[in-house]
Amino acid sequence: MFRSLADAIREAEAQNTTLSAVALAAESKDQGRTVADIRDALRRALEVMRGAVDRGLVGDLRSSSELVGGDAAKLRTGPAGPLAGTPFRDVLARALAVQEVNAAMGVIVAAPTAGGAGVLPAVLTGLAAARGIDDEKLIDALATAGLIGAVVAERASLSGAEGGCQAETGAAAGMAAGAAVEMLGGSPRQVGHATALAQQGTLGLVCDPLGGLVELPCVFRNATGAAIALAAIEMAMAGIEFAIPADEVIDTMGEIGASMDVRYRETAGGGLAATPTGRRLARERLYELKRAGG
Amino acid sequence: MVSLLDIIGPVMVGPSSSHTAGACRLGLLARCLVGGTPEKAHIELHGSFARTGEGHGTDKALVGGLMGFRPDDERLRTALEIMEREGLDYQFEKTSLGDDAHPNTVRITLERGGRSSQMVGASLGAGRVLVTEIDGYPVEVSGNLHTIVLVANDVKGSVARIAGILADANVNIATLKLSRKERGGDAFMVIEVDDQPGEEVRDSIRTLPWVTWAFRLDKVSA
Repeated sequence: MFRSLADAIREAEAQNTTLSAVALAAESKDQGRTVADIRDALRRALEVMRGAVDRGLVGDLRSSSELVGGDAAKLRTGPAGPLAGTPFRDVLARALAVQEVNAAMGVIVAAPTAGGAGVLPAVLTGLAAARGIDDEKLIDALATAGLIGAVVAERASLSGAEGGCQAETGAAAGMAAGAAVEMLGGSPRQVGHATALAQQGTLGLVCDPLGGLVELPCVFRNATGAAIALAAIEMAMAGIEFAIPADEVIDTMGEIGASMDVRYRETAGGGLAATPTGRRLARERLYELKRAGG
Repeated sequence: MVSLLDIIGPVMVGPSSSHTAGACRLGLLARCLVGGTPEKAHIELHGSFARTGEGHGTDKALVGGLMGFRPDDERLRTALEIMEREGLDYQFEKTSLGDDAHPNTVRITLERGGRSSQMVGASLGAGRVLVTEIDGYPVEVSGNLHTIVLVANDVKGSVARIAGILADANVNIATLKLSRKERGGDAFMVIEVDDQPGEEVRDSIRTLPWVTWAFRLDKVSA
C-alpha cells in the first residue's frame, strides 16, 4: 500500500484513473488477492455499516453504563433545528447511531477503529442516500478511505492511546472527506485537499473518555468529526485548495500525538474525564456496573 | 505492510478493538491449548484490562472467545449468561503481572477433560494480539496464521523432521522462528502455516522422543 497520498495521487493522474482504482490495484498486489475478492470484503463491510446505522436509529439501545444511547433517534424525531431536512442533520444522526451501537456491544466495522467507527459510514451512506449514489461507487469510496487510513497508519497513528482522538475520529474525518469527494466526482487532487482540510480541523484533539470507556465524549465526537468532514468536502468540491499537502498535515498529527501528554491519550487522566462531573459519572456508573455484577 | 482491509475492518462487536475484539481473540487462542471449550478457567486481568475491562466488555469477550465465539459474534454481549447456562466454571481475578507486562495482559489457566494449560497474552491495539507465554515457556504467537508451537531438545535435524511431518500432511510453512537459550538446551519453534493442520499433525509431532511439548493454535485474525 502507498505510504504517501501524494504518490497515490500522482499515480492516479498518470493513469488517468481514480484513487480507489490505484488503491485496489496496490492491495491486490500486496496481499495476493483479486480485486473482486477485495471488493467483496468491502461490500460486506458496507452491509455491516448500514446495519449499524439502521440499528442505532431505532433509539432503544443503551451502553452498559447507561451513559450513552438514544440520541441518534432524536435527530430523526426531535424538534427541528436550522438544518432540519438537510443531509447535514442526517449525517449527524447516522454518526451517533453507529457509535451508540458500538457502545452497546453491537456489531460495527472498526474503520479505522471502533472508537472512530461512526464517521465514515455516516458521511458515505448519508451523502450517497442524498445524492442517489449506487453501491459500487460506495465500495470504491471505501477503498479510497482505506488508502487514506493506511497512509495515516504508516506516517502517524490510528490509536487514541498513541496519538489522541485526532488519530481516531480525526483520521476518520480525513478518510471520510477524501472518500466522499471521489464518490461525488472530485479529482484525485481534490481528494487530497479534502483529506488535508478535514485532518487540519482536528489537529490537537485529545482522547479523554470518561472512565477510559468508548462512550463519552466518543459518541458525540464521531458526530462532530463527521461535521468537520462535511465542511472539508464542501470546501474541496468548491475548488478550495489547502496549501499544506495532506501528507504533511498527517505528519503533523503524528508529531502532535507523540508529544501529547499521557493524560490525553485514553487514560482518563485529563480532559473531560478529569472534570468533576466526569469523575463523578465514571465513579457512579462503574460502581453501579460492578454492584450489578455486569 | 498495512492492508486496506485492516483499515476498513475488522467487523466486530463493540466497543473497543483492543478491549473487546482483542480479548475475544485471546480467548479463542487459549481454548486451542485444551482442544475445545474449557470446563474450568481462571482468568487473571492485568493493567487496563483490570481497570476498564468491565465497561468495555473484556470479561464477556474473553468468556465468549473461550466458548469459541469470534469477535463479530453478537452472542458476545450475553456470553456471561451463556456460560452460566452451559454450567461452565470461569472465575475472574484482578492481578498485577509486573511493570514489564503490556497494559492489556491476561493470564488464563484452563482445564478440559483432564487436560490443563496456562497462557499469557496481550491485546496490542486495533484487535491485534500476542501470546507471550504457554505453560511457563516464553513464545510469540500473533494468531495471524495457524500456528504450531513446540519445545524440543536442541538436536540435529529437528527442523527437517518437523518440516517433513508438515509436508506429509500437505501443510505449507509460511514462517518459522527458531530460538534457544543455550547450545544443547531447549529449542523453541514457532511455525506459522497457511493451511489448518489437523490434531494428528500435532500428535505426530508430540510422539517424537525429543519433543517436550507441542501445541496447535488457530488463526484468529479476520
